[in-house]
Amino acid sequence: MTTNHTAIHVENLTRDFGKVRALDGLSLDVPAGIIFGFLGPNGAGKTTTLNLLLGLLEPTAGHAVVLGFDTRTQADEVRARSGALLEHSGIYEQLSAEDNLEFYGRVYRLPVAERRARIQELLTHMGLWERRRDSAGKWSKGMKQKLALARALLHRPSLIFLDEPTAGLDVQAAVAVRDDLASLAAREGVTVFLTTHNMTEAEKLCGRVAVIRQGRLVALGNPDELRARAGGPHVEVVGRGFTAAVLAQLRAQPVVAAAEMNNEHLTIELHTETDTAPLVGLLVGMGVQVAEVRRGKASLEEVFLTLMEEEK
Amino acid sequence: MIADILTVMWKDRKGLMRQGGSRARGAANQLLIVVMLAVIFPIQMGSDWFSHSLTLVAAFVVPMIAVGITVPESFAGERERHTLETLLASRLPDRAILFGKLGLAIIYGWGMAVATLLLGAVVANAVGWKGQVMFYTPPILLANLGISLLASGLTAGLGVLISLRSATAMGATQALMMFLLVPIMILQIVPLLLLTVVPNGMAIFQRLLKSLDFTQVMLVLAAVLLVVDVALLLVAMARFRRARLILS
Repeated sequence: MTTNHTAIHVENLTRDFGKVRALDGLSLDVPAGIIFGFLGPNGAGKTTTLNLLLGLLEPTAGHAVVLGFDTRTQADEVRARSGALLEHSGIYEQLSAEDNLEFYGRVYRLPVAERRARIQELLTHMGLWERRRDSAGKWSKGMKQKLALARALLHRPSLIFLDEPTAGLDVQAAVAVRDDLASLAAREGVTVFLTTHNMTEAEKLCGRVAVIRQGRLVALGNPDELRARAGGPHVEVVGRGFTAAVLAQLRAQPVVAAAEMNNEHLTIELHTETDTAPLVGLLVGMGVQVAEVRRGKASLEEVFLTLMEEEK
Repeated sequence: MIADILTVMWKDRKGLMRQGGSRARGAANQLLIVVMLAVIFPIQMGSDWFSHSLTLVAAFVVPMIAVGITVPESFAGERERHTLETLLASRLPDRAILFGKLGLAIIYGWGMAVATLLLGAVVANAVGWKGQVMFYTPPILLANLGISLLASGLTAGLGVLISLRSATAMGATQALMMFLLVPIMILQIVPLLLLTVVPNGMAIFQRLLKSLDFTQVMLVLAAVLLVVDVALLLVAMARFRRARLILS
């Protein structure tokens, strides 16, 4: 069951293609109003999940409830209330940008005045209004993705599905699409189900993430929880004078989980986020010449790699 | 449902009007056929054009060619250009997409046939002017309009089924043309071969032609086309489903 606070409820969702199990007993809840990252390597089952949630495919077992509607029996209702930017942008290249949005505005039965105002609002927000009459085929890939994002949001859906929206874009275009997505999602209060294998993207955008591998859920939580799972906060110290005695003294500190030395580079794993000044003071007191101190925590990319390794 | 069908037709009409590249060349080829049938033949025949069987050929062939290029672009082309998935992820019902696309293709093909007949009438009047406006007799006009509409439907239905199995619009167009033209060629060649084998074949054939009633022949032809059209439409409705299309 979904509630006002749950946009998507998935229970034991399974999909087979012949003898291949593309999705294997997936269960998760997506809270409403957040950007939910659905992470996994290529072939993990991300797109299959998306097609199941949109009711484009029927599950072999299990069920999904999206915006309160069963995807098996009420898929039309799901599609009417959601927007999608799938693997391909789905832009009609022979049509102008304005006509692309006009078409989908008609599809979602927006009244004429509202449709025109909304098209202008979205294209202006994306910086595309001046070029609205160009054939979309003449646009760069980044501009097309922005247009596709505008199309997904056109009818003010409660939920949008985005399948790797920045894949294949150059860095600048990807940043632009990501910024537009973040600002529009925040402004419109829409729930975003974002599949990606770009960890930086997930880290910047997502309030909660799920990681799948070979169709199975391997982790679910907010990015901080996942980082904690992969390893706590750490401090890196660059300098000279790291001896065995220094290491032993460090390891004896209650806040220190581990300490490793590599030439002039010392990595101290901490149990929790803590003030590092006493540790640096301890090192200096033992004759270490400290050149640089860096605090850090595991990136989502490291988390992802750790999870993939664990699953192997 | 009607509003959704009209929406799909609106989009496909826009796409048809703004087509470029190979599709524009396809449209130019269609125009060439229309000019040939609606200008060159009426110039040669003058007032005889209005009662000549070539008008029926025009009513049959022009929509076949027009729809034969439009339908693969609309169905296989949509998949080839990766716009179909997004369309399927929208709220549009399967049948609205199917009927919208079929509807526009049939109207386009039929419109081309009507335009050919009208242009032919103008040219024939201009060339063979006899002091008053000449036009097709009601039975011929009715037969032409009916046959061209049914030919559009036949091509559209067949085009959908072929497009659903084809990876590209070009491949679908080629396969469709082969499906349409090969039977027509066989229908032309086999009787000619038989006539050369059978003694007095030509005389027998001419007597047979004279004994045929035009109205009856047209009605039988229309009935056959109608049955085939309906059958193709039913099969297309059964096959054009999201779950099938998303996996194809």
